[in-house]
Amino acid sequence: MNILSKADIKFVSRRKLFYTITGIVILISLISLLFQGFNFSIDFAGGTLIQLAFKESNVTVAEIRNVLGEMNLASSTIQSLSNNEFVIKTVQVELPERQKILETIEERIGVFEVLRVETVGPVIGQSLKQLASLAVIFAFVGMIAYITIRFQFKYAIASIIALAVAVLIVLGTLSILQKEISIPIIAAILTIVGYSINNTIVIFDRLRENLKTKIRSPLGEVIDLSINQSLSRTIYTSLTTLLPVLALYFFGGTLSDFAFVLLVGITVGTYSSICIAGPILLEFDKKGTISAKKIPASTQKAVEQEIKVVKKVKKSKKKK
Amino acid sequence: MKQLQMFRMVFVILVIGLALYFVFPLDKNINLGLDLQGGSHIVLECVDSPNAPVDSDAVNRVIEIITNRINPEGVKEPVIQRQGERRILVQLPGMDDPQEAEGLIGKTALLEFKDQNGETLLTGAYLKTAKTSFDRFGRPNVILEFDEEGAKLFEQATTKNVGKILAITLDGQEISTPVVQEPIPSGEASIVGQFSVEDAQRLALLLRSGALPVEVKILENRSIGPTLGRDSINRSLKAGIVGLFLILIFMVVIYKWFGLVADLALLICMLLMMGGLAILNATLTLPGIAGIVLTIGMAVDANILIFERIKEELQMDKTFRASIEAGFSKAFVAIFDANVTTLIAAIALLYFGSGPIRGFAVTLSIGIVVSMFTALVVTKLVLELLGQRLTEKALV
Repeated sequence: MNILSKADIKFVSRRKLFYTITGIVILISLISLLFQGFNFSIDFAGGTLIQLAFKESNVTVAEIRNVLGEMNLASSTIQSLSNNEFVIKTVQVELPERQKILETIEERIGVFEVLRVETVGPVIGQSLKQLASLAVIFAFVGMIAYITIRFQFKYAIASIIALAVAVLIVLGTLSILQKEISIPIIAAILTIVGYSINNTIVIFDRLRENLKTKIRSPLGEVIDLSINQSLSRTIYTSLTTLLPVLALYFFGGTLSDFAFVLLVGITVGTYSSICIAGPILLEFDKKGTISAKKIPASTQKAVEQEIKVVKKVKKSKKKK
Repeated sequence: MKQLQMFRMVFVILVIGLALYFVFPLDKNINLGLDLQGGSHIVLECVDSPNAPVDSDAVNRVIEIITNRINPEGVKEPVIQRQGERRILVQLPGMDDPQEAEGLIGKTALLEFKDQNGETLLTGAYLKTAKTSFDRFGRPNVILEFDEEGAKLFEQATTKNVGKILAITLDGQEISTPVVQEPIPSGEASIVGQFSVEDAQRLALLLRSGALPVEVKILENRSIGPTLGRDSINRSLKAGIVGLFLILIFMVVIYKWFGLVADLALLICMLLMMGGLAILNATLTLPGIAGIVLTIGMAVDANILIFERIKEELQMDKTFRASIEAGFSKAFVAIFDANVTTLIAAIALLYFGSGPIRGFAVTLSIGIVVSMFTALVVTKLVLELLGQRLTEKALV
């Protein structure tokens, strides 16, 4: 099986196309984020969640809604997980009132087992949002620092842009589909942060290595070569990561949404690592410092002199 | 066999043995989070009220009282922790009814002595202590001891009610209706009711702990019944096994015998992850299982990087053995850098995440470290041991 080993795709010369496609998707995401925003779960918005499994299997959402309506909780959302399992989400309800709701449901609809009760005050959600933002900032700063030390600052910025593209599109997807943002979803997004950069680093590592030997090739060509050399690995790894995540998506129950975010994130992250990270790096290298960095000082001087000579020649040609 | 190789082999076997020792039996050595075994996670906040402003002492007293209330319920390994200035975290594993925990904590445990007209003469606020004992008929009873002021009030109450019933109520419910025989000046009373030894002990504890000194608000309550937890374990286990199986096949299809070696490394990686969880005494949560499932996918990445590199080296007409050597050494930098950056994200989660998220970050971090070890050390060792038996055909 060696389908991808001889790949020679011109990523860099098609970068305008990638930028355009990515730009459009990000624009759609931003519009949705701006106008629709997120559907925050009770983890962040506060509220009460009750998950029930009725002993009988002919209970309908409408029946539960009727009971809740009578208790001034008509605005609650009721989600049917299977024919006898339901998730009820209401505004925050204290214990005595909650007991009353459950008793009324039992009386009017039927016997059930309480599988889960969650009630979260608005204060908790607020501090969670802060913690989540801090986690993202910490991760970004940590990664920029590490990549700058191991590579160069430009590599760090290019990786972070590719990463931000992936995260933005994932957030946009969540907003467009109005998927609930809960704590596990935040964890999934942070995993995408870690995972997406992983692919970029492998490509950049190859680039760093190639730049040592291919001193005379234009940076764009070396970038293309590096992406192509890592292409089979990038795709195989994405596949092996997608396989268990797909399994989680289909069997996962409460973890299905978590797996969904990972599915979107891994796919978009792989795309942005391949099509955005490398080409963006080229944009940052108008002065040619990236290709020069790894060259020994003596060669570097020689190359610089050569460049100067070429520039002079060009200038003199222009004058003529 | 070279000395270095021998050393590595002993080391790998030692690590695997250690993991096996710590992991099994699984159910004893892996702590399950509340979301998997069922239980309640409650965050309380002490709030000021006009009569009872919150101070550090009051918060400690609330913790003490809640501890006293929970212990007789037979909750295994409860966690009651102060968080910051006014918050208290209560974690109660294995509660059957998700509603129960909140009820238990919210109990006021107000003890009152009422005369026949229902007028309250004395409350538990004057109680110094309460303990269980047996009366001369061997019936379990609860001995109450009042403080100085309480003793005076109790003397007055008993004097006024000789020959009458002095009802003892807890949270408005009558628990005992003794008839006063004579005035009691000692400040000691006993409650004899229709209760078992356990009941008496529980009552004594409740009374001893008394009412909460300040108002307490429940900020967060996440209670999961055992059914849902078991269901979650089953589902994610199924997902994990299916995912693992698919990857094992994938690796063999793509990398043949080398893939099989990577599969072995993956299985060892799973074992070491569980070992890591057991040794760190970490708690496995539902997102934690997701972290393991994700690691199954990411663990083979290092091997894919190495094998792809070996293939490339082979194309440059190097010998098979030299290609393997070069594949490992050239892929190492990429594996190292890529994993460190991922680890940075995992540590961010570890640091800022709470509860279940921390569980996810823990398994993810362990997975990253362990998978690097298995991919680099274990895979290489096995390939070396297979030695001459391997040819190019085993990979390409």
